[in-house]
Amino acid sequence: MSTFDTVPLAEGAPVSGRPKPKSQGGGFGRYLLVRFLLIFPTIFILVTLVFFLMRTTGDPITAAQGGRLGPEALAELRAAAGYDRPLFIQYFEYLGQLITGNFGSTLTTSQPVIEVLATYGPATFELVFYSLIVAFGVGIPLGLFTAYFRDKPQDAVFRVLAIYWYAVPVFFAGLILKLIFSVWLGWFPIAGRASVGAELQMQTLPNKTGFYTIDALMTGDPEVLGDVLSHAVLPAIALGLLTAGIFLRLVRTNVIGTLATDYVDAARSRGVAEYRLLRKHAYRPALIPIVTVIGLQIALLLSGAVLTETTFEWKGLGFILAEFLESRDFVAVQGIVVMLAVIVAITNFVVDILAAFIDPRVRY
Amino acid sequence: MTAAPVTAVPKRRLRDRIPVVHQLRQSVGLQRGMLVTGLVMLAIFILTAIFAALIAPYGFAQRADASGSFGSQQPPSPEHLFGTTVGSYDVLSRVVWGTQTAILVVVVAVILSLFIGVALGLYSGYFGGWLDRILVVICDAIYAFPSLLLAIVLSIVISGGQSSLWGGVLAAAGSIVVVFIPQYFRVIRAETVRIKAEPFVESAKVLGASNSRIVFKHVFRNATRTLPLIITLNSAEAILTLAALGFLGFGIEPTAAAEWGYDLFKAQSDVTSGIWWTALFPGLAIVFTVLGIMLVGESLNDLADPRLRGRRRVAQAAGEVAATSVVPGGALSAGPGGLSGLEDGETFDEHGIEVKR
Repeated sequence: MSTFDTVPLAEGAPVSGRPKPKSQGGGFGRYLLVRFLLIFPTIFILVTLVFFLMRTTGDPITAAQGGRLGPEALAELRAAAGYDRPLFIQYFEYLGQLITGNFGSTLTTSQPVIEVLATYGPATFELVFYSLIVAFGVGIPLGLFTAYFRDKPQDAVFRVLAIYWYAVPVFFAGLILKLIFSVWLGWFPIAGRASVGAELQMQTLPNKTGFYTIDALMTGDPEVLGDVLSHAVLPAIALGLLTAGIFLRLVRTNVIGTLATDYVDAARSRGVAEYRLLRKHAYRPALIPIVTVIGLQIALLLSGAVLTETTFEWKGLGFILAEFLESRDFVAVQGIVVMLAVIVAITNFVVDILAAFIDPRVRY
Repeated sequence: MTAAPVTAVPKRRLRDRIPVVHQLRQSVGLQRGMLVTGLVMLAIFILTAIFAALIAPYGFAQRADASGSFGSQQPPSPEHLFGTTVGSYDVLSRVVWGTQTAILVVVVAVILSLFIGVALGLYSGYFGGWLDRILVVICDAIYAFPSLLLAIVLSIVISGGQSSLWGGVLAAAGSIVVVFIPQYFRVIRAETVRIKAEPFVESAKVLGASNSRIVFKHVFRNATRTLPLIITLNSAEAILTLAALGFLGFGIEPTAAAEWGYDLFKAQSDVTSGIWWTALFPGLAIVFTVLGIMLVGESLNDLADPRLRGRRRVAQAAGEVAATSVVPGGALSAGPGGLSGLEDGETFDEHGIEVKR
């Protein structure tokens, strides 16, 4: 059975309410398998889309070298790279390369794209990780708070704030944070992931990971760790607050829903304390949709990371992507974009499985 | 009330049927305050765009006037209220002219994605078949992907990265369109699938109405309930995406038009040396515009959701949710972000904004 069977297409589709659970459902194992297989068409579609889109305008060599080289030299380069062959042959060759894990090499630096990922991926991962801490730490408590004080002034203030956060582009927030806390107050470093001294010290490590926090811990020097962490504060806040606004709305809406259920009323009448009602009775069931939506935030976080990294010269995938964009190295751009597509598809898979694990209803 | 579009009711009065006006009358308290504030901000934005030529003291690409060059990175002064940029442009003028670019992009992007998304959604939902399945999978794949990356790819495709005014506007709008089509597609498709099963569609069929008549007269008319909300949210996102593209250097050349994101891109190095006016004002313009649109969108969203609207008990309103919402097993369950069955008739887009399906 394909997953499409869950999509009511037939004439007699149920009119309202959720579709009847399929009785022959094989439970968690089958859901896991189907959901896993679904990763591949997703990636395939995006790869195809990106490949043909990028090629509609011409080949990468012309884009990178156009104007700088004569037509003959250009044709020679194109032939050497195989860009003069029919598009479909190139496409299938590209697919074949992808299957073997070869994402191509950059034009400007002739570095395999997979190596670019290894060099810059950890930085992006760290940034996303830190900003998620900020987002959870700020968004969820405030969401509970606003849900509890629904329609009261406390609620109004934070809801407007949440919209405001969403309205502020992450790069503008970054620039302003930088201006105030780095340039004027001098509390935090202006840009980068670590200062030169700390970076040198980490370079000497025998088995460095690229995750600066871990590397800094391994040096055993508290000063290095402090340096690395202080560099992360502003980028994490800029990216984290954006996401926190979304979490706040999400938690608020869902908790308002669960707070009004009969079992919460019942618990209240039994004398359960208000705080406990909020934390346990209302929050826990509200978590299910929250987990799923947080999975979707990964896409947004990656978009935001590209901009945050550019703002703070945080040398991650987004930063390097912007550099490749500027140098018109579209092979590298395509490679990074496709790789991110794979990462997003896998993350979504993991989140879906997690959600299904928490909530049995999803499995059908 | 918009909540019951399916039942045959006597025709409502005109003022009840205009989307925003109707919600304005329906709202109370904080929601009304938010809606009114948002509308006022939007009005200021639109008026600024219309009268940009009168409001802006200089042209967007003007570096000098009769008394000589403006000078580079001059702090705010009576002649240049917001100062000048590194390229000797007047910041205030560029902020004002930027409204025109923003509106242009929003209008082009929303209209295009609305038409394409709605058409595909109606077709897909009504006729089904293999094309429907392919479209669902493609849209879900796009939906799950970081929209900015897709926008970058598309703007490379459309303009090769550098642009005149229309090249830039089309690149930004075009890249936004592709990202938005799945949203309209999903909403309209899900509604269509639901409405298709309603008795009144069946009776139309029995009476011998043609497919096109049923689709446009019966299905489309009833499926547009949530569109105003999505349009507002998408407009906000269109402005943010345009600015983000500009910030990555994919903007419109300063001589072709004023674009806030591009100005911020140029202001990056200014900030490091403590020059605040080149970054602050274009940024605030973005925030102001997006905030206005978001306030309207948020209020519409709340008013559309019976659980968030009034002070009525949810238990009483719950029946209404189920009756008016779409079969929740729609597009999402087949896709990467399978959300089906989590909550009746409610889902979220990638930014956690509720989208009523």
